[in-house]
Amino acid sequence: MPNSKKKLLQGNEACVEGALYAGCDFFGGYPITPSTEIAEILSVRLPQRGGKFIQMEDEIASLGAVIGAALAGRKALTATSGPGFSLKQECLGYACIAEVPCVIINVMRGGPSTGYPTGPSQSDIMQAKWGTHGDHPAVALTPASVQEILTETVRAFNLSEKYRTPVIVLYDEIIGHMREPITIPEPGELEVINRAKPECAKEDYLPYDENYLVAPLAPFGEGYRYHVTGLNHKADGFPVNDSEIIRENNERIMRKIDENIEDIEKNEEVFLDDAEIGIFTVGSTARSARFAVNALRKEGIKAGLLRPLTIWPFPDKAVKKMADQVKFIVVPELNLGQMIGEVQRVGNGACEVLGINRVDGESIHPTQIIDLIKKHK
Amino acid sequence: MGGRYEIRFSGSGGQGMILAGIVMAEAASIFGDKNAVQSQSYGPESRGGASKAEVIISSDPIDYPKATAIDCMLALTQQACSKYYKDIKDDGMLIIDSDEVKEVPTGAFKIISLPILETARKDLGKIIVANIISLGVMTELTGIVSNEAMENAVLSRVPKPFLELNKKALQKGFSMAREQK
Repeated sequence: MPNSKKKLLQGNEACVEGALYAGCDFFGGYPITPSTEIAEILSVRLPQRGGKFIQMEDEIASLGAVIGAALAGRKALTATSGPGFSLKQECLGYACIAEVPCVIINVMRGGPSTGYPTGPSQSDIMQAKWGTHGDHPAVALTPASVQEILTETVRAFNLSEKYRTPVIVLYDEIIGHMREPITIPEPGELEVINRAKPECAKEDYLPYDENYLVAPLAPFGEGYRYHVTGLNHKADGFPVNDSEIIRENNERIMRKIDENIEDIEKNEEVFLDDAEIGIFTVGSTARSARFAVNALRKEGIKAGLLRPLTIWPFPDKAVKKMADQVKFIVVPELNLGQMIGEVQRVGNGACEVLGINRVDGESIHPTQIIDLIKKHK
Repeated sequence: MGGRYEIRFSGSGGQGMILAGIVMAEAASIFGDKNAVQSQSYGPESRGGASKAEVIISSDPIDYPKATAIDCMLALTQQACSKYYKDIKDDGMLIIDSDEVKEVPTGAFKIISLPILETARKDLGKIIVANIISLGVMTELTGIVSNEAMENAVLSRVPKPFLELNKKALQKGFSMAREQK
């Protein structure tokens, strides 16, 4: 008899399940391969439960709609891929400075530009951090399985609501389109964080109250009057030229992430305790790496894997520890070298760092990792 | 890469190779007690072009989701066969459509040549069930999932008006394969 709790789902289908589990009730988007299934399924599922689905005229407007919905109290989502993510950067920065919680799914495909729509890639790792201008907090999660896409989408909503900031979920086309048996959690099984609401009188409400690291966000339409702008602003949200207030707010939006790094950081370690060779990677290449680690261990080679589920903020502490411990670190990635620069920055010469890179629309094969490690050790 | 059983379905876009992969993965992991990962590769076009779906089946957790050394591959077109057969392992199996694949690749693997598309067209009157016949053939020849699990998996994916047709297609696949044994 079939196991009724298990379902064979595609990564993008699991993303929808995660979003709905977290209480997502608004989607604004523009379809793009390889993320389209998310929009397609939500266009059916959201209206069924009283939510709203809007296909906007483009990606800029999509994130604009999401920001508006989030300010009106909705848990809002958009989904895209590299080319669309480029267009969303303008509104992403707006959400950062205006401190609007929202979730952006980026199913990465080959680039630059329209690139290779159906091929996998991890070439938006840096775009997720630096795509929008100005110093701004970046939170990006990197699931590596269908089940994890569900749980990390829930976590993305939670972090976004808790810290009033946009959260990006980054996964490659392989993870987005592959199918695995997963279990959809029962209500209550996973933590769901809802936005803190103001407790003050409506006329006293300040959306950027300096007494808070993260001030409660009042939903528009409930009688709280405040201003929202992409300009630097004071506590009531109106633009300001006061350099002290500008500095304080620019630093605070970074501090709210930096001071809570332990809450946001999440890593998986595979045989890292006694590892002499380290591997650092995310997403589908982490699956190749886990395969490689298991195969190398069978031959007595002490390889270990550090796999961040939060790539931004970067797991400096865990990488530093690994760099101090191992002879060298291998960084396989489906781009021409993005995460490797961060590993080198943190390692600061403590050990050698070697890249394995692919931009041909194919996955990194475990034997590429195994061969490099054997040759180099 | 022990413990893994690797399957590749290949043909032309629109022949239902990805659906065949999904059904195989469900037969193994939902209607059977194994782990399975199904992945696919296709071009930007919705019809035509070489299309493939891969399924990895294992009793252990599956890390690498793509094929490394294929145990069994199906090819319904010459283009797909020529493009994708190279990863079949030495004691593996290649199932080809006997009318479509005329340049039969050589290798240490076993080759099974059957008129799958012709059977779908003539015996069942619907070319679209070629993928279901293929699943029957593959199940019977590999034994990687039970015939019962496969039948349950096929029937759970098929809309009601087409249950009988697909049931017949699957049985046809089973019997075509039995004659090869």
